[in-house]
Amino acid sequence: MRKVAIYGKGGIGKSTTTQNTVAGLAEMGKKVMVVGCDPKADSTRLLLGGLAQRTVLDTLREEGEDVELADVRKMGFGGSLCTESGGPEPGVGCAGRGIITSINLLEQLGAYADSEALDYVFYDVLGDVVCGGFAMPIREGKAQEIYIVVSGEMMAMYAANNICKGIVKFAEAGGVRLGGLICNSRKVDNEQEMIQALADRLGTQMIHFVPRDNMVQRAEINRKTVIDYDAGHNQANEYRILAQKIDNNEMKVIPKPLEIDELEKLLIDYGIAA
Amino acid sequence: MLLRHTTPDIKERKALMVNPAKTCQPIGAMYASLGVHGCLPHSHGSQGCYAYHRSALTRHYKEPVMAATSAFTEGASVFGGQANLVQAIDNIFTVYEPDVIAVHTTCLSETIGDDIPQIINKAASDGRIPDGKYVFHANTPSYVGSHVTGFANMTKAMVDYFAETDGHKKKALNLIPGYVEPADMTEIRRLASEMNIASIMFPDTSRVLNGPLTGKFKMFPQGGVTIDQLKGSGSSTGTIALGAIASAPAGLAMDSKCKVPCQVLNLPIGLLDTDLFIDAMRRMAGVNVPESIDLERGQLVDAISDWHPYLQGKRVGIVGDPDQLLAMTRFLASLDMHPVYLVTGSPAGKKFEAQLRQAVAEVPGDVRIKVPGDMFLFHQWLKNEPVDLLIGNTYAKYIARDEDIPFVRYGFPIFDRMGHSYFSSMGYRGALRLLEKMLDALLDRKDRDSSDIEFELVL
Repeated sequence: MRKVAIYGKGGIGKSTTTQNTVAGLAEMGKKVMVVGCDPKADSTRLLLGGLAQRTVLDTLREEGEDVELADVRKMGFGGSLCTESGGPEPGVGCAGRGIITSINLLEQLGAYADSEALDYVFYDVLGDVVCGGFAMPIREGKAQEIYIVVSGEMMAMYAANNICKGIVKFAEAGGVRLGGLICNSRKVDNEQEMIQALADRLGTQMIHFVPRDNMVQRAEINRKTVIDYDAGHNQANEYRILAQKIDNNEMKVIPKPLEIDELEKLLIDYGIAA
Repeated sequence: MLLRHTTPDIKERKALMVNPAKTCQPIGAMYASLGVHGCLPHSHGSQGCYAYHRSALTRHYKEPVMAATSAFTEGASVFGGQANLVQAIDNIFTVYEPDVIAVHTTCLSETIGDDIPQIINKAASDGRIPDGKYVFHANTPSYVGSHVTGFANMTKAMVDYFAETDGHKKKALNLIPGYVEPADMTEIRRLASEMNIASIMFPDTSRVLNGPLTGKFKMFPQGGVTIDQLKGSGSSTGTIALGAIASAPAGLAMDSKCKVPCQVLNLPIGLLDTDLFIDAMRRMAGVNVPESIDLERGQLVDAISDWHPYLQGKRVGIVGDPDQLLAMTRFLASLDMHPVYLVTGSPAGKKFEAQLRQAVAEVPGDVRIKVPGDMFLFHQWLKNEPVDLLIGNTYAKYIARDEDIPFVRYGFPIFDRMGHSYFSSMGYRGALRLLEKMLDALLDRKDRDSSDIEFELVL
């Protein structure tokens, strides 16, 4: 079983990319479980055809500690298994603790057991790793490989670099490695070259450049992944390629984060200012 | 009438606990850690936690309880406790020189999400852990479970960190005694050695928390399971885990890690559950039960038949930790007593509740069970319909006094009486002691309340 965590700046398209990629893997016949680690609980909407899911934490709150796996796990597109951690409303409580609680609970319930015969577990994690709770998916050998979704916008690259700092900390002690950057294009000038250069500096790869296409939004409005909504569309193929590349990926590294000056220089050399 | 505000009018409560029948996970974790030889428990949190846990244990065992703390301040809460713990590990091995440090977390370190294995690895790679010394850990936020699950987590951590096997089996049994007194651990071990069975018991707090006064302070007393024994436990022929809530997690972890088959039993309280324990040891080790144990059993059976008339039909309320509560209820029901009010503070689950319900299936009338419940509700039940005998920890003495009910102290904590550290309530002999305590309480009351005419020399 490969355990994969997807990180990246808020709003960069982590959930969309994760679900479309999972759809690609599911189509390949892989058995995948998606664990949404975002209090908004929208990490499985496209796979499930809507926000049909009760979150682990809601279930825990309403039914007490005697929760069953079937209460919190739903079958989605292509046999993918979907769970959502959930969490408090904005401005109250502790969302980080929520993620720790719900991943512990899923473990107790045997969601990761050998008998489940999973090929992949995907953790879709909230924007920034703001506290210890959001690092839960990469603690204690839970996720071993991380992909960072990024675009050519400065703040997205800045966030990606910060996330690399977090990975270094956990990589030193545990087994977690960076698998690569997924560029989710925003049609910034020179985007592909710039992210390629960022990947080189970080010591990793740009595993795939996902072009921008309104088909993604169209499928999303219809509560579907692109592969589900229009299997023949070119964008569906892009996600299939990404899924294939992740499936074949052998390059897993401890990243070398950049100093902020270096990052700015990269933007000047390749970006808008170039 | 300290609890005079307790009303008999019972209302459904969802969010409020009054007079809880449990305490926090780290207390159990600290107690379990003390059952490892040369181990210094370490509380990864702020100082108040560890001060409370130490004093709670000291008040119960009347022994000094050594432990260390990460001493979180505001800075550690913001930046995480890694720096504190790494420094603490260094200080502890330099100053106190334990063989092993058992780290347990607290609410604060859990909420900020400190990753203890990562910090331990960091300390190791920085050279803060000397050769041949160890650091292991359990996660024990107080807002999950109870002191019993804290004990269970730390005991399981002993298996997760240390148990190993090269596939060769040695003729020995692992005994996981559960959250019981040091004297109980001695008794459980004695029963095994009486049957000529080599055993590894973990944790083992005997001679740690009931040691002798010698005039010389020893930071790390003689008792406790050694790390070598814990390593060797992976090669034992079998494991008996006593108490499903406190011991099963460790026993099952041993089974899946080292393929040592595990049998989970009730605590050996009373005739039947001791029989089951002896029988399980007999089968697992392939030995015969010696006459000496037959003798102990026979004495218990004799005492039960002699004193049955004074016990049968007596209504009893018990509040206690889940494993003790279940075994005690089974014992009392087998004596034809009527355990009618049963409360544990630990969230022991629906399966436990069903087992408890099963244990009182033959008890006539209305039996009330609450898992998890509190002493307030327990008191309310008593106000509605009283019982003849109350069994619980020291906190229940307020209820016993207000309602004027005979009271036997049993469980954790007992702050105000002696005995539990030295006299076991497990095994056949322990059952005799329980009979003695219950009969003393019941018959003292009978003597007290008898008129001059009813007052008899021979009851």
